Amino acid sequence: MTTRPAPAASDPRRPVAPGSPHRGRRVLMKGNEAMAEAAIRAGCDAYFGYPITPQAELLEWMARRMPEEGRPFVQAESELGAINMALGAAATGARVLVSSSSPGMSLMAEAMSYMAASELPVVVINVMRGGPGLGSIGPSQSDYFQATKGHGHGDYRVPVLAPASIGEAMALTADAFELAERYRTPVIILTDGILGQAMEPVELIFREPPRIDAPWATTGAAGRPPRVVRSLHLKSEDLEAHNRHLQAKYAAITDREVRHETEHLEDADLVIVAYGTAARVARTAIARARDAGLRAGLFRPVTLWPFPSSALRDLAARVAGVLVVELSAGQMVEDVRLALEGRVPVAFTGRTGGMVPSPGEVVAALRDLATTAAVPDGRPER
Amino acid sequence: MSVAIPEGARVIFGRPELLTDRTNSYCPGCGHGVVHRLIAEVLGELGLGPRTIAVAPVGCAVFAYDYLGLDFVEAPHGRAPAVATGIRRVRPDAFVLTYQGDGDLAAIGTGEIVHAAARGELITAVFVNNGIYGMTGGQMAPTTLLGQRTTSSPRGRDAAFHGYPIPMTEMLAVLPGVAYAARGSVADAVSIGRTKRYLQRACEIQLEGRGFAIVEVISNCPVGWGMTPVESIERLKEVVALEYRPGVIIDRTEP
Repeated sequence: MTTRPAPAASDPRRPVAPGSPHRGRRVLMKGNEAMAEAAIRAGCDAYFGYPITPQAELLEWMARRMPEEGRPFVQAESELGAINMALGAAATGARVLVSSSSPGMSLMAEAMSYMAASELPVVVINVMRGGPGLGSIGPSQSDYFQATKGHGHGDYRVPVLAPASIGEAMALTADAFELAERYRTPVIILTDGILGQAMEPVELIFREPPRIDAPWATTGAAGRPPRVVRSLHLKSEDLEAHNRHLQAKYAAITDREVRHETEHLEDADLVIVAYGTAARVARTAIARARDAGLRAGLFRPVTLWPFPSSALRDLAARVAGVLVVELSAGQMVEDVRLALEGRVPVAFTGRTGGMVPSPGEVVAALRDLATTAAVPDGRPER
Repeated sequence: MSVAIPEGARVIFGRPELLTDRTNSYCPGCGHGVVHRLIAEVLGELGLGPRTIAVAPVGCAVFAYDYLGLDFVEAPHGRAPAVATGIRRVRPDAFVLTYQGDGDLAAIGTGEIVHAAARGELITAVFVNNGIYGMTGGQMAPTTLLGQRTTSSPRGRDAAFHGYPIPMTEMLAVLPGVAYAARGSVADAVSIGRTKRYLQRACEIQLEGRGFAIVEVISNCPVGWGMTPVESIERLKEVVALEYRPGVIIDRTEP
């Protein structure tokens, strides 16, 4: 069973035009290309990028398709160039997409802070690869900390959406533009080299979020006072007031936009918490574990920030143990532990460097957890 | 603020409409105010104010948006040409102007200015070169002259130790995407008049869709240079202008 406890940010989902030849058509697409096309169909006005593996297919798709649509595409001189072009375009009220992979995201960190401070809506896709440093070009989830807690300097947050399939990545691309514009914030779509480069059958359903007014956008001060998009507030009192405004906005996002999905939790003794590609591995592992008599289920955060902490905490009352699976040395596991506050044992298994945990490894980790968490004979008293 | 004009009198000099009446934050004698005024005059005369989206730098001129009555986007340090590229590409009807100092344009933002120029972006770039980091307290800039003392080159800039100053506008002028490159000065009334004509041509070139246009303006920084305003103007004329020579560096729109 799949549930979606929080309402989708994108409700109501606008269907494609009646009679569209694409309605319901299923095709085989690479994730990078599917996200690129989804962005175009979502009304993306401009794309700026720089080649990096494993996201280059996204840039190449845009290089071909954006001119066909009569919209700007610029291959920038660097990720710094690309993200600052996005900053400029977004400052005029345009719907803007940028994509990169891990080392490029590090370069974009500066502008992420400026865009959060200046409240500019830009969607940034990170197709994660192995790190640190130049790392590898294999799939990874080792930018979780960067995406959810960091990139640039200062007190700010950025919504992070984590698709687990190419179809979901397409839907979240449209949702990301809507979130970005509704809250005037950059939004990150966090995927990895597998979701970016693998092909999956997807249904060609696209959605163009409605445009909302941007009474702050710089368009030329014709017939109105000049507007300034800025992040400098030299007086401490002014900057603190601005920070309070930003924090209130982040609180509203946390209240309204948290998303997660669950599978097989009705009778579960153990729950795997995983996102993106790791959730796909977990799904296979859960089926095998159930065949072997271990009742396991899946809790999959769709928003990594805001993190679905309270839903996870509610779950703790019903299960004996939690296993976090990541393509990293253990990053999201820290948020899981913070959410659960020691209520149940939390175990971790992960691989790094471009390696992907096998379902067998995950089942073995579930068995170990079952032993320490005393399943199924008796749950620890709480 | 408006003043009633007596009958028979006419205004021969006034504050340009695009220059706000706010007191600016520049030090006494600083050249930025002159450059701001020239921009306000040129944009006003060309009727570009309502179409302009300008990009402010990081440095002393970050507050340009307080003194010029234009829509402004504040860029991260050095990134103004990339920010302007984004604006230009989604707003083909806008007039796009960047304003940068020498630390912003010729050090941290070298990559962005070179590639915006190479792409021939339809941007008018104003580059104020006073050879020093003024806002942070007078450190050595990429354009600081050999022998010049700054707070980070206290014994004077030494080529063997600090490297050589960068003639940024001459470097940009070799790129075919650059339609126009000129260097003006704020040293005296004649130089300021010429600088205004360079700025006007650099704006027209954008309107004509000819390519990237840049006007470097050599300027003074009395406080950063440790001089009185008068001494700093003398140095600008007698020392700086010999190294960074004013004039039109390239005009690819000439037949």
